[in-house]
Amino acid sequence: MKLNGAKALVKSLEDEGTEIIFGIPGGVVLPLFDALYDSKMRKVLTRHEQGAAHAADGYARATGRVGVCISTSGPGATNLVTGIANAYMDSVPMVAITGQVASNLIGTDAFQEADITGITLPIVKHNYLIKNPADIPDIVQEAFYIARTGRPGPVVIDVPVDVFRGDMSYSRREAPELRGYRPTYKGHKKQIRIAARAILEAAKPVLYVGGGAITAGASPELKKLAVENNIYVTHTLMGKGVFPESHKLSLGMLGMHGTRTANYAMCETDLIIAIGVRFDDRITGKLSEFAPKAKVVHIDIDPAEISKNVKANIPIVGDAKQVLKELNGVLKEIRAEVESPNRKPWNSMIEEWKAKFPLTYEKNSGLKPQFVVEKIYQITKGDAIICTEVGQNQMWAAQYYKMEKPRRFITSGGLGTMGFGFPASIGAQLGKPKDLVIDIAGDGSFQMTMQEMATAVLEGAPVKVAILNNGYLGMVRQWQQLFYGRKYSSSCLRRGESPDLVALAEAFGAKGILVTDADMVEPAVMEAIESDCPVLIDFHVDEEENVYPMVAPGAPLYDMIGDMLYPVEKIHPEEAEEPFL
Amino acid sequence: MKHTLSVLVENKPGVLARVAELFARRGFNIESLAVGTTEKLDISRMTIVVDVEEHSLEQVRKQLHKLINIIEIIDLDPDTSVAREMVLAKIKVDGDNRSEVIEIVGIFRGNIVDVSRESIVVEVTGNASKLRAFEDLLRPYGIRELVRTGKVALPRGK
Repeated sequence: MKLNGAKALVKSLEDEGTEIIFGIPGGVVLPLFDALYDSKMRKVLTRHEQGAAHAADGYARATGRVGVCISTSGPGATNLVTGIANAYMDSVPMVAITGQVASNLIGTDAFQEADITGITLPIVKHNYLIKNPADIPDIVQEAFYIARTGRPGPVVIDVPVDVFRGDMSYSRREAPELRGYRPTYKGHKKQIRIAARAILEAAKPVLYVGGGAITAGASPELKKLAVENNIYVTHTLMGKGVFPESHKLSLGMLGMHGTRTANYAMCETDLIIAIGVRFDDRITGKLSEFAPKAKVVHIDIDPAEISKNVKANIPIVGDAKQVLKELNGVLKEIRAEVESPNRKPWNSMIEEWKAKFPLTYEKNSGLKPQFVVEKIYQITKGDAIICTEVGQNQMWAAQYYKMEKPRRFITSGGLGTMGFGFPASIGAQLGKPKDLVIDIAGDGSFQMTMQEMATAVLEGAPVKVAILNNGYLGMVRQWQQLFYGRKYSSSCLRRGESPDLVALAEAFGAKGILVTDADMVEPAVMEAIESDCPVLIDFHVDEEENVYPMVAPGAPLYDMIGDMLYPVEKIHPEEAEEPFL
Repeated sequence: MKHTLSVLVENKPGVLARVAELFARRGFNIESLAVGTTEKLDISRMTIVVDVEEHSLEQVRKQLHKLINIIEIIDLDPDTSVAREMVLAKIKVDGDNRSEVIEIVGIFRGNIVDVSRESIVVEVTGNASKLRAFEDLLRPYGIRELVRTGKVALPRGK
């Protein structure tokens, strides 16, 4: 079949099963958009390339498929960079196609030229600069394969305009040939046996589970492992929903804004079973005091994560689902042979912590952001897809919106990209049209990508944006309050002066609702859910509410400040608090 | 500690940039790096000398492995591998010491590859300590310019 490069690229995308692409045309990608015009794939025109990348990311996380975004060369491509880095940090499968100036102009500082393969080197799983139209089908096939297999990640394909225009004859290989890329899926049998024995022999085991387990679809196996062996589970921000949070074995999230119970459990456990996690600094707190009594089983598909930050005693490289399946089998087989210690003291200690240290906030004054999230949780029965921005809104969403199922909590974990949630919610909504998608946002984050409201309205993505509007870059303000003597340097957004978010929503053709007190929350949320258009609810919440409990940066996990137990007035990081045990 | 990594890579554009970028980003120092083709047209070999602790070496290897174009990484043990490096040096000579310099070059089994009235260019191959000794001996005469290829190495036997 004779095609030009642009048509070949479109056909390659279709052959990969692509249903939807997010992007913006421009000079050098005109041949591609010309070819896309005739394709059945849905084209979503965002208002900024960053929005396209985040939307593709949100689509990928919600559906488990590869997200695709397209931009022109130069500024179009550099606008994608934040979205690509975001997908890289959170291991999201994405293919980003960027136009490039004509081959003979590359390297001449031509109009709208940027070395995007060079720029993205440290933030992609792989990238390509296509030099010959004949290479298009193979490269696209490889890119999708690399993006979605192993530890997923973004792949950039840079295509010079003459390659779009050049002719080629289309043929597609059966499977990509990549001799330098062979991810390990099956765990080492012997290591799995050792891990099984360690689990049975542990008196105080804890499962510490993250995004990798969601990627692998390992929730059923994880649940079996936890329930059959009666092991408590704590999850990372990225792992929300991998294990039902309403389950009695769930400890909730751990880390900087995790529950006291989860963090205390990490301090006391004798065996951490880490699955699809990377021992990030927001999780470990002070590394040298992290889980001092624990042996570590670390299951991850990426060998480079094992023993990167915390040494694994029992490393298992493999796909979480496959490894857990095998592990469950071995546990069943050897359970009778191993004498397990009495876990009653551990279980009752955990239950005591749980009862003593629930997540709470002061409920008697004003409109509290936590209350808003709790209400949204109750009204939606925990069944919405929740996207978040980054900062306080994200942490409150993580703390108070309990997740029962995976792939329904979409948040920028690793990179911490403000402005991610809203475009991601559009992508998630288009990928999951029947679901209710809510972006729990802050006023600061929302203003970073709010132009995508036009996309939501015009593309018929009826997402709901719940803005916990405190008039500040809230998390920045919280840190300034706690660690910089309350000097609110450049963090006040002056709520009430500009912008009028409700009017803004209306200007875009969406619905805007203002909520200023607690009684208005429920009717507003109900109205939003019942509307079939995008709705923005501007919740004017308590301006100086903080996210607690909190492990101050660099402090050990047991040293949590700021909730009812240790009001922040009493504890300042400088005044070292006694270790809790 | 110094380690010599022999890295087989697909001979594709940008591979060197990927490797160099990875070392820079992860904060690993490259002591020397030599790249060239192998017996197979589509595969190149990079010989990379790094100075890292054991834990970091493990990270270097694992991170390198994640690069799609990298096929194999071998940590060469000095006892079971052979390593060579070549140096080209331009030595200042005059009528009085020319023969002395030529004699030293001979002892090191080097070759003289260029001669002019004021200088000669010599080529010497060997392991790191031999090249160091060679340099030390010639320094008093005046080394005008010098370049080393970086180490190349292969495992012994089989």
